[in-house]
Amino acid sequence: MKLKLFGAAGLALFLAACSDHANKNANTGAATQQQVGPVPGSEADLVATAGDRVLFALNQNTLSSDAKATLDKQAAWLAKYPQVHVQIAGNCDDRGTEEYNIALGERRANAAHDYLVAKGVDASRITTISYGKDRPTAVGDDEASWAQNRNAITAVQ
Amino acid sequence: MMSSVKPLIPDDDAARLASAFSRRGFMGAGVAGGLMATPLFAAGAAHAQDAGAAEITVDQARTAPIPIVLPALGSGVAQQITDVISADLGNCGLFRPISASMPQGTPPFATYKSMGARAVMTGKVVEQGSSLRVEFRLWDVLTGKQLQGTAYTAASQDWRRIAHVIADVIYSRLLGEQGYFNSRIAYIARSGPRARQVTRLAIMDQDGADSRYLTNGQWLTLTPRFNPANSELAFMSYANYRPRVYLFNLNTGQQRLLGDFTGISFAPRFAPNGQSVILSVTRGSGSDIFVVDLATMARRQITSSGAIDTSPSYSPDGSQIVFNSDRGGSQQLYIMSASGGEAKRISYGHGRYGSPVWSPRGDLIAFSRIANGSFSLGVMAPDGTGERILTQGFTVESPTFCPNGRVLAFCRQSSAGANGAGFATGISTIDITGFHERALPAGSASDPAWSGLNK
Repeated sequence: MKLKLFGAAGLALFLAACSDHANKNANTGAATQQQVGPVPGSEADLVATAGDRVLFALNQNTLSSDAKATLDKQAAWLAKYPQVHVQIAGNCDDRGTEEYNIALGERRANAAHDYLVAKGVDASRITTISYGKDRPTAVGDDEASWAQNRNAITAVQ
Repeated sequence: MMSSVKPLIPDDDAARLASAFSRRGFMGAGVAGGLMATPLFAAGAAHAQDAGAAEITVDQARTAPIPIVLPALGSGVAQQITDVISADLGNCGLFRPISASMPQGTPPFATYKSMGARAVMTGKVVEQGSSLRVEFRLWDVLTGKQLQGTAYTAASQDWRRIAHVIADVIYSRLLGEQGYFNSRIAYIARSGPRARQVTRLAIMDQDGADSRYLTNGQWLTLTPRFNPANSELAFMSYANYRPRVYLFNLNTGQQRLLGDFTGISFAPRFAPNGQSVILSVTRGSGSDIFVVDLATMARRQITSSGAIDTSPSYSPDGSQIVFNSDRGGSQQLYIMSASGGEAKRISYGHGRYGSPVWSPRGDLIAFSRIANGSFSLGVMAPDGTGERILTQGFTVESPTFCPNGRVLAFCRQSSAGANGAGFATGISTIDITGFHERALPAGSASDPAWSGLNK
């Protein structure tokens, strides 16, 4: 099992791999036209199609309208790829204590989980995990970084 | 208050101390044979009583550190032992070590007295093959009486342990309280970029010496906690992407899962008798507190508020727990019977409160408080009164008491710039009065957990 936490990084790697792939095919003289883009049903496809993460306010696990819109797209995407399983990782900024943040991250992951289930995604396809404040997306200590780090990130398993 | 007036203690219970220090050493094969102590009686009258002993309390020593003459016990390892004793006593802030040459025969008390010294150590180190015999005497400079005389014998590689034991004896004889130098700190060693730090379970002596890794850093690893019996740690590992609490046996190096919970298990702490672990398990949007019996692995749930209940810590008599919960809306401290039931909120200051830990003395609860985006480390009485902030910073958290409750170790972190530069994480100690904060030489680290006294 490989956990992809960072959707954007994953996408960049994938695109690099994809263009290599396209070049190889070009060298063989293959006649089919290559479509450069994410493999359907992949993590990169989820990032490109729905967005892999939702953000939260300080100490909150309430889903904003933006978050709900993202999760709606994730639910539709998951409906399109019923074989895909995902793990939702909850994260926190570093303005809380370590242990409390583990539970708060799980609470955020759970909020996203419950929303997807309510939108018809089978609960058996979704696991949750929390990294508390130990896997920040943004490494700075300012309001903008903290806002990015209060999240729930959906990753294809 | 914390101080009661205690006299200097004369030599007549050296035999009791000898028996207390002769138990088998900690770490099994790592310490061959352990440490043996035998009394050395005062020259002349075997039981010289310290008739007119002066009285020094910890509070007095804090404002006026006790001047103590510490002549080198010799060269080589004897010098190293002297240096560790001197560092222990000097770094705790309650003593002022004075170096001198080792006196021949009766110590020149009048000279020491004129230097302002209150006590003097004498002794020597005899190397006997692969073991060391350290003869140690402690004298009251004012009365000229021997307060303690003990010969310690241990494997040569355990010279640091002998030094810490001697420093503890000096501490207890001059302050009337048990010392804490012969103890260790488990912690998380951190390396690598902040977004994905490599975390290793690690352990060191309380002075930062002899540090070593216990895990290889493959998985995120957090929050080690010492069993008061000292042979075992509880900690959290993300092994196989399943964050759960494990036990680590320090004698064998073996790890085992603690219970098999559906949710994330985290925030472990041992009961004072070492026979069970209290921890939290996530459920839905909250976390519940459970107790797991180590002999049977039977579990007992003691909170089910639906909110986040976590960071439980026992009172030293095991009858109560302190924990933090957001059941009332924000993260605050609560106390409750260890068997569950009604919880009483005790934190009412400005901000959120977390990572509470109960002092082994029973009289204080240490905590982190977060307000306006910055952290404070403080203590309060178990009923919530007398809140005092000891230190502040960008992040100051995870307090842990030394065995006698006089000092806290904690994690201090600095803030990072936009690119992550400037972030630093380390372990510091501070006296419970808020004085004498020092960084421990532990490198990039977090999550300190102080052991009990080494057996």
